[in-house]
Amino acid sequence: MRKIWLIIKREYLVRVRKKAFIVMTIVGPLLMAALMIVPTYLANETQELRTIAIEEDGFEFTNQIENTDFLHFSKIPTEEATLLKNDFSESNYYALLYIEGDNFTLYSNQQISLTVSKAIENQLEKIIEHQKLKAAGIDLTILSEAQSIVHITTKIITEDGSTTNSKAEASMGIGFICGILIYMFIFMYGTMVMRGVIEEKTSRIVEVIISSVKPFQLMMGKILGVALVGLTQFALWILLTIAIASVAELMFMDASSMTTELNSTQQSILLSELSNLTGGINLMQIFVSFIFYFLAGYLMYSSLFAAVGSAVDAEADTQQFVLPITIPLILAFILIQPIMENPDGPLAFWMSIIPFTSPVIMMVRLPFGVANWELALSMGVLILSFILTTYLAGKIYRTGILMYGKKTSYKELWKWLSYKE
Amino acid sequence: MKESIFIAKDVVKEYGDYIALNKVSITVPKGSIYGLLGPNGAGKTTLMRIINQITAPDSGSLIFDGAPLSKHHISDIGYLPEERGLYKKMKVGEQALYLAQLKGMSYDEALEKLKFWFEKLDILSWWNKKVEELSKGMAQKIQFVVTVIHEPKLLIFDEPFSGFDPINAAIIRKEILELSQKGTTIIFSTHRMESVEEICDHIALINKAQTILEGPIEKIKKQFANNSYEVITTDKVLNENDYFSIISQKETNYSLLLKEGKTQQEALQSIIQQTEIISFRKEIPSMEEIFIKAINNA
Repeated sequence: MRKIWLIIKREYLVRVRKKAFIVMTIVGPLLMAALMIVPTYLANETQELRTIAIEEDGFEFTNQIENTDFLHFSKIPTEEATLLKNDFSESNYYALLYIEGDNFTLYSNQQISLTVSKAIENQLEKIIEHQKLKAAGIDLTILSEAQSIVHITTKIITEDGSTTNSKAEASMGIGFICGILIYMFIFMYGTMVMRGVIEEKTSRIVEVIISSVKPFQLMMGKILGVALVGLTQFALWILLTIAIASVAELMFMDASSMTTELNSTQQSILLSELSNLTGGINLMQIFVSFIFYFLAGYLMYSSLFAAVGSAVDAEADTQQFVLPITIPLILAFILIQPIMENPDGPLAFWMSIIPFTSPVIMMVRLPFGVANWELALSMGVLILSFILTTYLAGKIYRTGILMYGKKTSYKELWKWLSYKE
Repeated sequence: MKESIFIAKDVVKEYGDYIALNKVSITVPKGSIYGLLGPNGAGKTTLMRIINQITAPDSGSLIFDGAPLSKHHISDIGYLPEERGLYKKMKVGEQALYLAQLKGMSYDEALEKLKFWFEKLDILSWWNKKVEELSKGMAQKIQFVVTVIHEPKLLIFDEPFSGFDPINAAIIRKEILELSQKGTTIIFSTHRMESVEEICDHIALINKAQTILEGPIEKIKKQFANNSYEVITTDKVLNENDYFSIISQKETNYSLLLKEGKTQQEALQSIIQQTEIISFRKEIPSMEEIFIKAINNA
């Protein structure tokens, strides 16, 4: 027990001290923050006011097209339009809309933003639609009265009979983030274990070590040490993301709104809004399950990665063995989207029970609500599979680490499983 | 009979269809320097791995220091495998401490002993260097230190001198002999027969998964000595007679073979009658000759 602790300590410290770890720990949250901030920033940019010149015979469209918050339209004489078409650089207009019968053309000296052309398109479509309806003898007032907007509130009846608002958007968001994180974690740290095993094999230190400890202890020590590295990085990411996000908020938010502190009533409103947003989602259950699938999924996969590392002499040879391991994981990743659309379907159910995909898929399903027995079954299967894969991986590992210069085949691996200690 | 530190009896180890050891038995006397010899692929490494409990035998018994070999004996054994190395990115001192602690030493004890050995071998200045900055020979020295650091009762060296230049090989040989004088038993595996002759007192020869020869080196040499003699005379007049035949002659240097049923005394007298003798010596086979002969006969 002392020895496995020594191994865990070494594996952990060596990795945490690496420059790559420190860089990733700092860059990770910056990237995440950038992902959150950049879209908002870009969205703000499109808000600037743009004036579009219109050239048309008569006023058919000019009269009906409406100015919006950031798009203004003004009709210009034909001569000016002709001038503009030849030389746009001098003008103050963003673009020139040229209307000739049913043909609409936008001229500009720059790439016209998609939002602008879409907005104009929509308006023109509406105008033409109205004209056609009018021509067909339909009164527009009747039409506008007939138009109705319906909002459906979805409620979930929980087991104790109370109803909560279901929030598909929030569920999707949480499920998606959890699924992606687990996928990333298993991949990153699984291959880290594999590389560590290959390093020990190629540097030939492995036989020195296993004359002191059992191969299984060395393997588990490495897997657990790397797991702690992952948890450390994850915790640091959360802390740093929160820190960066709050700093960014201070910088980007309007200064006046920030100077006035939120009073208590405002705070309680905020809180109730927040709980309303995530209402119907058992956050505690999600958190606990996340940690569970995070660790159990990693433990199962990393023992397989360790077995692969032990069977090869160099990282370049890992391909043929890594692929079958990663296919279910990648499949789970690809199926996140379809499963979010139907989180209770048979595909979702089976993939959240099968241990190779369950860590990712169950986390995606969980915010939508999953029956307790399903969750328990999924967790139980995962624990059993983890024990089984670790046992088998241990057998391959203890033979593999002492094999040098031999190209390993699947047949060979199968034989190793039958070797006695 | 001398006490034994390690006894293996009828040890069998199979890997699938491949038999690595087929009823191998060896007895290693306490305090001996025991040479484990054999061609490549004979099963030496498997046997050493079994002694180190890296692998377990399929059948056979293993006795260490009077008791069945078990996990707690790990701290009594030091092993320098042929395939050896260190973590390249780790610092020398830190790594030596780690490996010493894995052998069951406490941190303080390991630190103290390591400082002693590093000073003794004059390598203390490497303590904070990374292994990748060292030459192969330098790394080998550190491996030697971490093998012996926990003062085991039994040390197993697999090709200990490979990778050393002659000067450092001599230093390591001196250290090994010193450890032996202090009472440590040493099992020593090598292909280099001259080093076997130099330092071993017992040997076992393993070929094709079986022990074909075992015992004290002098006894084995006697066993392999045939009745041939090297005789140097003053002139080239020696002729064959009823007592001996001449195998080869180089100037006044003769190689003689005793005839069936004749004694050394009779042959010597018959030579004296013919000529004057400068030297008369029984030819003792070298380990190399024994090695080749035993394997060809097997």
